[in-house]
Amino acid sequence: MWIADVEFLEALVAGLRQRGFRVVAPVERDDAIVYDEIRSAQELPRGVGDEQGPGRYRLVERGDSARFGFSVGPHTWKRFLFPARTTLFSATLEDEQLRFEPAVLPEQRYAFLGVRACELRAIALQDRVLIGSGHADAHYAALRAAAFLIAVQCGQAASTCFCASAGDGPRATDGFDLALTELLDAGEPRYLVEVGTDRGREVLESLPHADASEADRGAARAASEAAARQMRELPAESLHGVLASVREHARWDDVAERCLGCGNCTLVCPTCFCSKIEDSSELSAKRAERVRSWDSCFSFEYSHLHGGDVRTSTRSRYRQWLTHKLDTWHDQFGSSGCVGCGRCIAWCPVGIDLTEEVRVLCDKDAAAAAPVEGDV
Amino acid sequence: MAYRKPTLAVHKFASCDGCQLTLLDCEDELLAVLDAIEIAYFVEATRATADGPYDVSLVEGSITTPADADRIRRVREKSRVLITIGACATSGGIQALRNARDVGQLASAVYPHPDYLDVLDQSTPIAAHVPVDFELRGCPIDKGQLLEVISAFVLARRPCIPTYSVCVECKSSGAVCTMVARGTPCLGPVTQAGCGALCPRMNRGCYGCFGPMEDPRTGPLSAWWEEELAQPRDRIVRAYRTFNVASPAFASAVDSLEDSE
Repeated sequence: MWIADVEFLEALVAGLRQRGFRVVAPVERDDAIVYDEIRSAQELPRGVGDEQGPGRYRLVERGDSARFGFSVGPHTWKRFLFPARTTLFSATLEDEQLRFEPAVLPEQRYAFLGVRACELRAIALQDRVLIGSGHADAHYAALRAAAFLIAVQCGQAASTCFCASAGDGPRATDGFDLALTELLDAGEPRYLVEVGTDRGREVLESLPHADASEADRGAARAASEAAARQMRELPAESLHGVLASVREHARWDDVAERCLGCGNCTLVCPTCFCSKIEDSSELSAKRAERVRSWDSCFSFEYSHLHGGDVRTSTRSRYRQWLTHKLDTWHDQFGSSGCVGCGRCIAWCPVGIDLTEEVRVLCDKDAAAAAPVEGDV
Repeated sequence: MAYRKPTLAVHKFASCDGCQLTLLDCEDELLAVLDAIEIAYFVEATRATADGPYDVSLVEGSITTPADADRIRRVREKSRVLITIGACATSGGIQALRNARDVGQLASAVYPHPDYLDVLDQSTPIAAHVPVDFELRGCPIDKGQLLEVISAFVLARRPCIPTYSVCVECKSSGAVCTMVARGTPCLGPVTQAGCGALCPRMNRGCYGCFGPMEDPRTGPLSAWWEEELAQPRDRIVRAYRTFNVASPAFASAVDSLEDSE
C-alpha cells in the first residue's frame, strides 16, 4: 500500500486523460452528487456530504475538505456501461434493396473515479448477466473491457446503506485497478492507494506516491470500520428460496397500497438491466433502426405477451421485482442481485424501504399472526 | 395502380391551436412529411382544402358545443384513421374545469350577451363521441411523438409511444429527482412519459401535461405530498386540476381528496 497527497488526484486525472480515457467522477449538480466527465480534479466536490433517508436526499456541508465525503447518489455506472439508449442496427432502403448496417461498437474508454465497493459488486453482477450468460452483449462488453476502475473506500455510511448485510461490506478487496482510501487529517486529505491490476500499477508508478506507514493503514481500516456501522440490514445475506415461499404474504398487498409503480427503484438500481427493444422507421420508409432502451419490470409493456399483460397489479409487479432481486436471481445468476447500496430506498418518491419490506416478509412469527386479506 | 400518397387532415375543436402548431414546428422534418403525405385539410397551414375522405385525420380540441358534437361525427365518417392530439382532445382539456360548475353562471360572468352562446354543459374528449384509433397525449403534444405516430399509421406499423411514468424518462436522462432531492411536489410518478421529463430536468416538478400514466397511483402520491412534503390539501387538489382535470384518474384523485376532508 502507498500513500499520496491530494495533488495525486490531479496527476491521476491528467495521466488517465493522456492515456485516452474519459474520466468520469462524482460532481455536484442539481442538489445531488452525480457522475459526469471531469477534466480536472478541481471539479470533484469539496467538503460536501449527504443525508439520506427513505424518499429523501439532501447535500450538507461537512466542514472539511473531503473530496469523497458522501455516499452513493442517484446515478450508477450502468449509465455509462449500459446506456439508457443504444442503437443496435439500422437498415436503409435504396433501389428496392434493403441494406443492414450493424451498429458501430462504442470506442469510449472510460476511467471511473470514485467507484464504491457496492458499485464494484454491481458491475461484477452486470458482467455476469450481460457478458457471462452465454449471450454476451457486444456493446456492454466493449465498454466494460476498456474501463479503468478506481475505487474509493467508503469512510461513512448513509442511513440507507446496508452493504454490510447484503454483501461483503464497505471495503472493496478486488475488481478495481486502483483503490483509494481518503484519510482526513487536518487540512487537505491524503490517499492510501491499493493496486488491483498490472494496469493500475503502471498508472500508479507514473504518479507521485510513497510507502504507506502502519499509522496510515490503521487510519484506512478505521474508516472502513466506521462505514460498516449501518442502520439498515437484510435478515440474511442469502434469501434464496425465502421470498418465493411467502408469495401470498399479506405484506405484498400492503406495499402495493403504497407503491406508485413508477419504476424509480429499478432505474436507480445498479444491477437492474431490464430493457426494451423497439423498431422505428422514418416517414419516408427509407431508413429504419432497432433501438434498445431502459425499461422497468414495473411497466405494463414489459410483461406484455400476446393476449395481454402477465403482471396486471402493483402487487404482482412489486413482488416480481423484489423476489427476483433477492431470491430467484440466485437460480439465474448464482447470487443475490442486491448489493445493499440503498438507492431504491432513498430514490423511491414515497420512501418504500426494501429492508423493512423484507424484514416483515421474512418475519416468521409476524407472518403467522398477520391476517391474510385479499388473497385467493 | 399508381401509388397515391396518403392524405392527412387536421381538424380543430375547442383548443388553443398549440398541438396542430406542433406539426408546423417540425421545421427540419417538414419536407420529409410533405414527401410522404398529402396535406388535404389543414387550415392553419393552407387555405387550399379538400373535402375528403382522408386517410389520417388528426383531431385537436374537445367537444363543447352541439355543433361540434355533430361535426366530429362527420369528421369520423370521412376518416380512415382518426388520431386525437393533445390534452383537450383526449381528456377535455383545461376548459373541462367548468364541468363541475354551472355553465350559465360562468357564461354570464364572462360575456355581455351570453344568450348568443350555444354550449354544452360539459367539455368532453373526442372518444366520448366517436371511436378513436389512437390518442396522443400532451399539452402540447411532443413533436417527436407526433412524427412517430404519423409514420406508424402511414406505414401501418405500431407506434412506439410508451405509457409508463415520466420517471422512466427522467431517470434515463440523468436528471436528479426533484421530489427526493428538494422536496418539490412532482406529478411525474403518475403522469405518462412523452415530454422527455422537460420540467424535472429544469428542476421543476412535473405538471402532468401528458395525463395519467398506465396505472396512476394518485392515492399514495397525494398522501406523501401531504404528510412528508407538508402540502396543504387545496394545493394538492389544484395540482391535479389542470390540463387533464377531466381524465378519470386525476378527477378521482381530486374526489378522494375532497371526500376525505
